[in-house]
Amino acid sequence: MMNRLLKSATAAAAGALLSTALALPATAQNVEVSFFYPVAVGGPITKIIDQYAADFQKENPTIKVTPIYAGTYQETIVKALTAHKSGTPPVISVLLSTDMFSLIDEDAIIPIDTFIKTDADKKWLGSFFPAFMKNSQTGGKTWGVPFQRSTVVLYWNKEAFKEAGLDPNKAPANWNELIEFGKKLTKRDASGNVTQWGVQVPSSGFPYWLFQTFTTQNGVEIMNQAGDTTYYDKPEVVQALQYWVDLSAKHKVMAPGVIEWGTTPKDFFEKKAAMIYTTTGNLTNIKNNAKFDFGVAMLPQGKKRGSPTGGGNFYVFKKSTPEQQAAAVKFIQWITSPERAAQWGIDTGYVAVRADAWETPAMKKYVEGFPAAAVARDQLQYSVAELSTHENQRVTKALNDGLQAALTGAKTPEQAMKDSQAEAARILRPYKK
Amino acid sequence: MNAAERPHPFEPRGFARVVDTVAAWTLAILWALPLLYAVWTAFHPSEYSARFELLAPLTLENFAKAWEAAPFARYFLNTVMLVTLILICQFVLCTLAAYAFARYRFWGSEIAFFLVLLQLMVMPEILIVENYRTMSVLGILDSIPSIALPYVASAFGIFLLRQTFKTVPRELDDAARVEGASALQVLMKVYVPLAKPIYLAYGLVSVSFHWNNFLWPLVVTNSVSARPLTVGLQVFSSTDQGIDWSIITAATLMTSAPLLLAFLLFQRQFVQSFMRAGIR
Amino acid sequence: MPRRFDVHLHGWLLLLPALAFLALFTHYPAIATLIESFYSTPRGARPSRFVGLDNYQALLEDPVFWQSLSNNLIFALGTIPLSIALAIVMAIWVNDRLAGRAWLRTAFFTPTVLPMIAVANIWLFFFTPQYGLLEQFSHLFGFASQNWLGSPETALFCVIVVAVWKEAGFFMIFYLAALQQIPPSLAEAAALEGASRWTYLRRIVLPLMMPTTLFVLINAIINSFRLVDHIIVMTRGGPDNATSLLLFYIYEVGFKFWDTSYAAALTMMLLLLLALMAMAQYVFLERRVHYQ
Repeated sequence: MMNRLLKSATAAAAGALLSTALALPATAQNVEVSFFYPVAVGGPITKIIDQYAADFQKENPTIKVTPIYAGTYQETIVKALTAHKSGTPPVISVLLSTDMFSLIDEDAIIPIDTFIKTDADKKWLGSFFPAFMKNSQTGGKTWGVPFQRSTVVLYWNKEAFKEAGLDPNKAPANWNELIEFGKKLTKRDASGNVTQWGVQVPSSGFPYWLFQTFTTQNGVEIMNQAGDTTYYDKPEVVQALQYWVDLSAKHKVMAPGVIEWGTTPKDFFEKKAAMIYTTTGNLTNIKNNAKFDFGVAMLPQGKKRGSPTGGGNFYVFKKSTPEQQAAAVKFIQWITSPERAAQWGIDTGYVAVRADAWETPAMKKYVEGFPAAAVARDQLQYSVAELSTHENQRVTKALNDGLQAALTGAKTPEQAMKDSQAEAARILRPYKK
Repeated sequence: MNAAERPHPFEPRGFARVVDTVAAWTLAILWALPLLYAVWTAFHPSEYSARFELLAPLTLENFAKAWEAAPFARYFLNTVMLVTLILICQFVLCTLAAYAFARYRFWGSEIAFFLVLLQLMVMPEILIVENYRTMSVLGILDSIPSIALPYVASAFGIFLLRQTFKTVPRELDDAARVEGASALQVLMKVYVPLAKPIYLAYGLVSVSFHWNNFLWPLVVTNSVSARPLTVGLQVFSSTDQGIDWSIITAATLMTSAPLLLAFLLFQRQFVQSFMRAGIR
Repeated sequence: MPRRFDVHLHGWLLLLPALAFLALFTHYPAIATLIESFYSTPRGARPSRFVGLDNYQALLEDPVFWQSLSNNLIFALGTIPLSIALAIVMAIWVNDRLAGRAWLRTAFFTPTVLPMIAVANIWLFFFTPQYGLLEQFSHLFGFASQNWLGSPETALFCVIVVAVWKEAGFFMIFYLAALQQIPPSLAEAAALEGASRWTYLRRIVLPLMMPTTLFVLINAIINSFRLVDHIIVMTRGGPDNATSLLLFYIYEVGFKFWDTSYAAALTMMLLLLLALMAMAQYVFLERRVHYQ
């Protein structure tokens, strides 16, 4: 009894302190902030994160941030949710931006707005690229803070362009040019076998993400911001899919069937595909392994430019104490400051998440030496949210199955999208208000 | 071995033997291809992972990179602890149960035996969802015991040892008891030594199974401290950046080397254990 | 002597540890799965409630379930006979002491000791379009390019090949043991009667190996419902569920969608299927083995 009294007294005191806590860190007692971070492998990234945690503690001696490396994104969310259900979740975690609805449905996280008190706070929350905030907000609240984000871009082999008589410094600007260039770049041997495909858009694993490039360019979104409705069977969506299917079925500039995501960079290195669609996260990989001159460009435009974003956000978990949460937000603000966001982008290849990060001297110097790095940033103004709904994995699978059915010729694009939409609508029915 | 040296009347001879030999070798090469490919790719720079030129430069860099890229030392330790834990528990539990079934006529032994054999069909893999919940209730998710527990009582092991114990002559048992040995002493002094080859065969099967087991460990573990090699290998090879076969094959060779070596060294014993085990 | 009671007590005491673990991780979860399959999955604020047969209703209407089921049956029908036939052939070759038999045996057996998860990545290379090993070979002979894993028509076949490759060598060991236990006198007697090699194999060797075949068959059936490691690496069930097997689908529903109740209903289906298999074996095979 005494114990509980004491606890609630502390909690009340802490609540009172909350507003001043940020201004007066020295008065708060020591707070520990556990931080789940998804990293599948060891190596440099864990060292960078450890360094950040140590630097932060140096500046804020009362707050101890403890990074816990929890595996892949998938494993990290499993771990975080299991911990949430059974007692002690982390205070903060980096998880996929598309996990937002699942986390809300499990009642696991609290909106970031809760901590936005001062003008400086508001300015901070407003500083991120709007494209990244689309996956971080729903129902008028902000639930996630962009941290390690990516997007889809086009890589092209300049040598192959030269051989095909194309300007090696000019990527296809629109859908027609993509087909036109693709035809010139597709090489066949004497027996008619293709030795080099013009373009390759992978479709294994998560085809929906690459499909969103085409839908966005065709001027349509495939879900609403509330995450309870999908628009898979809209005519523009079907058109976009028809274009993707036609790349191989009609124009013969892309390999038929489902194309493996994992082998796509290798296909590019092996000169089996002259242009590939893949994540900005592959920039370093391709820079190190391509034995030829290559270019990075924004995706060709349809009615307009467009690409989905991807990657991870910070989330604050509900089951931690107010002091911990306040300390956590302080850490998030610190790690997403322009200088650190810039350095993080340079070190890892992720897209620095706020515009002013690109104005820092370090980033300017980096872009000067490696202009390809800025392509993703320039494309962000055209970017949309990655597909994310309630029951996200299932609704996504409904689309993935339809896309693969169309790409392998099992269904027409129209039929495939109709089926996917019916399935998604069925899954989402309980979430409709 | 003498009998085996005598020419067998139905062994192929002459032309038929040549055909058989060629066919056998073709199949063998097909079977060894993945391993041969792994060796080729692991020792060459990544440009050669899809090109096979005799004079391609050799390198050990892939091994260094793979070793650097993931905490394989820890994964090794986890796997060794895991298979050891499972093996010891299986030996103890299966020996006791097999002894009961082989030499005791007790109430309900038939039903109990049926309940044991059920596990031959209902393997732990199939019940991953419910077993995951059990581990969560026990509070041991993401630990080495949580990977091991569903496997420690093995119907296969109990069945195998029961068959073996049944072949032990009753007289040996009785003689030991007359000398005043307790049931457990009889088990340890008479039955277990006679079943040594079976323990070896079963042990090898168990170790190679659990060294390579994947789905259940994938489900219950999510940190470096509990993850066995297989899961570590998968986590390491499924990055967004795509597949780098040079490093994956290097990691594959590294992780399966102990088992491969053990097999090459013990293959004769292995096959003979099976023969003596009477699993026919 | 109160010997009788002691026997029962000792018997049960010896059995107890193993049975306790079996009860906790085999019997209890099987029953719990059945119960769970009648409830809905709890989500955040919505607790689990009794829904009767709703999950089974959903299952009957779920095309992915039906496809996984039929895929799994094809997978079983593809892997079981092929791997057993190959295992017998391999065992006969190794037993015939062909040149380099130690190498042959090693080559056939190594797939067993290599982790599936690792070799699946290597097979992924073999099946890669254009520069994959299979393509490099087929180009030599002038065949057209194939997207082996990316086409629904071929993907399941590829997955079957990998499973057969993985299993045949393991089964070979059992047949080898069986072959070496056939008394040489039988062969000599058959030779005296002028039997051909084929007759000898068909009339004497195969029937004598029947118990081995039963043992291997049980293993092969179990594996055909248990082996999904390579699916996770090579296709993730795609394209368009063409390689989704039951256990893979259970894994997906249970640990990606977190719909544990529906996963329970799926698990019950798999258990039912295995029970049917066990009964079929009992009826058809048990009898034959005894007659031989």
